[in-house]
Amino acid sequence: MSNKINHSMSLAKPDAQDISKKQKIALAIGIIGLFILVLALFNTNFPNKSVFLTLALGLISVGTIVYSRDAYLTKLEGIKNDGVWFKSISSRGTWGWIIGVILTAFYIVLYFFPTLLGQGVDGAPNTGLISLFDPLSKLLSGRPASQWFVYGTLYTVAIIIFGYKFILKYRHNKYQQLRTVSVMFFQLGFAFLIPEFMYVMNSDLPYYDLKNMWPLNYYNFDQYRIDSFINNGTIGMALLVFGVLSIFVVSPYLTYKYGKRWYCSWVCGCGGLAETAGDSFRQLSSKKMSAWKLERWLIHTVLVFSVVMTTGVIYTYLGYDPSKYWLTKGLFLILVAIFLTVVFVLVMIFKRNELGKDARYGAIGFFIAILLLITMHFTGTIDEVFLIKSGTLRSAYGLYIGSIFSGVIGTGFYPILGNRAWCRFGCPMASILGFQQRLFSKFRITTNGGQCISCGNCSNSCEMGIDVRAYAQKGENIVRSSCVGCGVCSAVCPRGVLKLENDSMEGRINPTEILLGNDVDLMDLVNKK
Amino acid sequence: MEHIVIIGNGISGVTTARHIRKLSDKKITIVSAEADYFFSRTALMYVYMGHMKFEHTQPYENWFWEKNRIDLKKGFVKSIDTETKKLLFAEGDSLKYDKLVIATGSKPNKFGWPGQDLDGVMGMYHKQDLENLERYAPNNKICKRAVIVGGGLIGIELAEMLNSRNIPVTFLVRENSFWNGVLPEGESEMINRHIKNHHIDLRLGNNLKEIVSDENGKVKSIIIQETGEEIPCNVVGLTAGVSPNIDFIKDSNIEIGRGVKVNQFLETNIPDIYAIGDCAEQHESIGQRRPIEAVWYTGRMMGETLAQTICGNRIEYKPGHWFNSAKFLDIEYQTYGWVFSKPREHEAHFHWKHEDNTKCITVCYNTIDNTFLGINTFGIRMRHDIFDKWLTEKRDVDYIMEHLTEANFDPEFYKTFETEILLAYKKTLQTV
Repeated sequence: MSNKINHSMSLAKPDAQDISKKQKIALAIGIIGLFILVLALFNTNFPNKSVFLTLALGLISVGTIVYSRDAYLTKLEGIKNDGVWFKSISSRGTWGWIIGVILTAFYIVLYFFPTLLGQGVDGAPNTGLISLFDPLSKLLSGRPASQWFVYGTLYTVAIIIFGYKFILKYRHNKYQQLRTVSVMFFQLGFAFLIPEFMYVMNSDLPYYDLKNMWPLNYYNFDQYRIDSFINNGTIGMALLVFGVLSIFVVSPYLTYKYGKRWYCSWVCGCGGLAETAGDSFRQLSSKKMSAWKLERWLIHTVLVFSVVMTTGVIYTYLGYDPSKYWLTKGLFLILVAIFLTVVFVLVMIFKRNELGKDARYGAIGFFIAILLLITMHFTGTIDEVFLIKSGTLRSAYGLYIGSIFSGVIGTGFYPILGNRAWCRFGCPMASILGFQQRLFSKFRITTNGGQCISCGNCSNSCEMGIDVRAYAQKGENIVRSSCVGCGVCSAVCPRGVLKLENDSMEGRINPTEILLGNDVDLMDLVNKK
Repeated sequence: MEHIVIIGNGISGVTTARHIRKLSDKKITIVSAEADYFFSRTALMYVYMGHMKFEHTQPYENWFWEKNRIDLKKGFVKSIDTETKKLLFAEGDSLKYDKLVIATGSKPNKFGWPGQDLDGVMGMYHKQDLENLERYAPNNKICKRAVIVGGGLIGIELAEMLNSRNIPVTFLVRENSFWNGVLPEGESEMINRHIKNHHIDLRLGNNLKEIVSDENGKVKSIIIQETGEEIPCNVVGLTAGVSPNIDFIKDSNIEIGRGVKVNQFLETNIPDIYAIGDCAEQHESIGQRRPIEAVWYTGRMMGETLAQTICGNRIEYKPGHWFNSAKFLDIEYQTYGWVFSKPREHEAHFHWKHEDNTKCITVCYNTIDNTFLGINTFGIRMRHDIFDKWLTEKRDVDYIMEHLTEANFDPEFYKTFETEILLAYKKTLQTV
């Protein structure tokens, strides 16, 4: 207790440090690049599109690179979080809201009004912003650009330049650097270049980002895709088989070995953007218990929805032409039901204790899914399930989950909800991987004995809203389904308490009452109870 | 229902309250004048640096206290009436207790320097100190230079804080090398260099003579004892250690020395009154520990222990192997077991330092039977549980050096140095 009692406990928010002259120049360069894009958006017809496109993307990249170098390379290696809660952009200040509104507006236009960006309709040539990207698209795949090509290009550029910034920020941390190089690689190669080249080689194949798996690409088993896979001989079938294997074999195995981080923070494109361009917003995720509750309800509802929706879509087209698919409608439903039941029963037998109270919610989810499958069987006709067109179900999912949730809210709201709102509350893929991680994985974040000082840096920087400190201060390992293994909690810990590890399943979850360092008899007495 | 009153809502008091709640249904009240809710004192620096907001330093959400039926009372205890078992508050009201826990922590030391109570002079311990710093040193226009007096853990944290807002810092350290009463020479010197690399004006072997006031009773400059040099500044941070915060007890019949005197059961001379954490002073030192341990971890351990005693299982405070940690700007420090600044009788040190000047270790062992006694590690994270086990097993130092890899706790893909360390260790053995 101080002798200077001050009852006005409010801590005024100080001004953020002004940026250096070099950073201001870098910012100006970047804004000129952006301005070219804005001019294009408003239908300025640039004489030589390739030059201006190169100029725009080049200036944005150069600006970001120069800015980052001046921000980090002028200081010694270490944690660089000074002033993140003072800066308007990263603390839900005016700039944060402005950027949030601009991003949200961009996503709404991108998903619902692509003509505003200049997308040519019915074979008409592109205009505006999209036409500016025509030269690059033609260079890569010989066809004019589309709104998705523009988006993909900007997305990739963002991951690469902000990835570079992130690497400089954590230049003392090998783990952070490697995983950033990894997301940069997967975005540039797998999401951006390879699909374009695949189109050049075989234009009948659907766009396929190989690292994107169902249910994140909820459309993967739509009829048009399945048909074109089947119609494209060996390569098509290989892609289809790969799609099925990746969700049922590859991903469970990798998650068992390394935790869901192998995907969410090393490979995934959504994660890639969140970890690079979204890094400045990671502290904004809510750590409240109530947010965690909401998270669990939302993400599992989306999962059930996506399973039922996909089942419904496949179910109806299996009925169109029984001669084409060896799988019949009835058999398919039974297989899905059997699969869900087997998973449910195995979990209840082997993992009942680890689930604890959540087992009840798991059971509810399971029975809802089964109930829906039965209803589907009785109400399903050739193109209807639950008495509504399965196409309607599919488009509802695409609209509400695929577009609004993952795009508009997930990314548009970065400066408000933090950079992983989609991954945390909505992604059905994250939900499946999280389930595997919680129950069948060697991965955990180990806490270091009694060294925690409850400072809260770990919780503050957790983009998934995990209250890491709540575990660390109890000396308890963190085994949470939502953890994407970004490793930033470990990086910012001032006392070396947290370490991401893959180790044996034994003793992975270790709640303790008395921490290491105290009387051994007392620890025995209390902890062994 | 028995009423347990705890004065102080820091780590010691709160740990006691939580554990009493786990063990019993007693009525619990925590009293504090400093803050409404428990916060992590060690994290105050990050609020000033903008890494976190103040509410992020609170480890429990605000509903936690009511849910666990822990009453919180904001008030400044003026005196304790041990006869009627009553606390009297500066605000005029009072509170009856059945058992009382004194967990009031520390306050910054002031050694009677002229000008030590001027505006702009502050410690860095309480939440109010942070508010003061925000007022007097919001940026480098209002605070053109700050002087820090006292080279310990809080001093270097304050330097880091001011540095984050580009406020020039002069750092007066009494000793001829940073914290060398605790750290062995090689480590202390490495930290000296690290401080200077951060452009902090480190003045070793310099004492404060006086703090000079301007016409408004505000700090204008300080004068250095040794050289007589006057350094103009707007803020002076006094970080020359802390001492128990027990002024309000002085008039009661509770026995005090520098802190509240307690036996190994953390009991004071008055029945039903206990003292824990920074403000408690053991009659007899436990092992090689100091009688007053002003450390987060020991406060927590005393709380865990005292809750047992209060709930009917009277046990001694018997801490295990010593450990501690800190961070010096960008360099993390951990220690397990005992490594003193100079080897004591029958002790020797093995020191290894990486050429980049940000990593080093010092291992202390017994020269007669080669038992491993402790390790200081800088810039390399190590496992608490492994060292705790090795200390219990009384492993010899060769074993430790050969198995150092097992203790590594650095993040994945980090470069490791165990081979290099072992090589250096073997080399020293040969030359001896």
